[in-house]
Amino acid sequence: MWKFLLPFAAFVALAVLFAFGLNPQRDIHALPSPLIGKPAPAFTLTDAMDPTHSVSSGTYQGQVYVLNVWGTWCAACREEHEALLAISRTHVVPIVGLVWKDDRDKAVQWLTQLGNPYQAVALDGDGRTAIDWGVYGAPETYLVDAQGRVIYKFISPITQQVWETEFLPRIAAARRSGA
Amino acid sequence: MNRPAARDSVHSAALALLLAGALGAFPCLGEAAPEAAAGAQAVDANGQLEDHALQSRFERITLELRCLVCQNESIADSNADLAVDLRRQVREMLVAGQSDDAIFAFMTDRYGEFVRFRPPLEPKTLLIWGAPFIMLLLGGAIIFRVVRHRARMPVDDEAASGPDILK
Repeated sequence: MWKFLLPFAAFVALAVLFAFGLNPQRDIHALPSPLIGKPAPAFTLTDAMDPTHSVSSGTYQGQVYVLNVWGTWCAACREEHEALLAISRTHVVPIVGLVWKDDRDKAVQWLTQLGNPYQAVALDGDGRTAIDWGVYGAPETYLVDAQGRVIYKFISPITQQVWETEFLPRIAAARRSGA
Repeated sequence: MNRPAARDSVHSAALALLLAGALGAFPCLGEAAPEAAAGAQAVDANGQLEDHALQSRFERITLELRCLVCQNESIADSNADLAVDLRRQVREMLVAGQSDDAIFAFMTDRYGEFVRFRPPLEPKTLLIWGAPFIMLLLGGAIIFRVVRHRARMPVDDEAASGPDILK
């Protein structure tokens, strides 16, 4: 009897494997961040909008904030820009931009033309801060709680729906436990 | 009369599947092996390190780190912007006198274990390291059963000349 059951079991095992492995909903390039639950990497970088100032992670200690990694060379960043603008208008949390491997002039031009959703824009021209955060593509969006811990990372363009389903509940929970 | 042979070919098919799986799993073990790196390396503008010992460590480490943009390439082979940055990082840490372990730890702290082509042997990676051996045992057990079953079968010309992919 088991001689018939064995191939059948093998078939079931493969079917289950393929159901997970070939699921089109699953983004095989999205990797879990080892930073989740850990202190957000500190940075102090030039303010892209005003080079005489700097943007520092310390400024946001004590509040929940979003760090959005982008670049003018990144088409998907343009795709999410409208959503970012809409999110910034709700003033739920400050959004800090990290311009990754880009020129200041191009970044300023982009924000002047398309609108600026960021409370501050940190210029990471040589990509060192991005390495600290484990950035491997743009756009990436991180959520940091009031204790300065990374609590969520979202890879790929953010949308209104992602904001509502993934970010807002986590922000609310972070504020409940942090306050 | 042909039934035993038909049953055997079901066995053989399962066996072939398992063996294919086991063989397919093996190359993963050596994927990042430095010896296997015959491919051209991406070249940085700042050239080779002057210290030969550092240069050879640099080459070995960058071969063992995955480029996360093009996930099947090492940062030694990739020309992606991120790979260039990570090579610069490795180079600087080597020049600063950091150990290989410190460099790997730096990378996994930021990018996770996935950044290493050769994950360390620990409880959560047991399945990865053990899978080829499990497959081999499974395949071996099936071969053993098939062979023993055949040895017991009466010699039957018709069945013996039946379709059988193991012949």
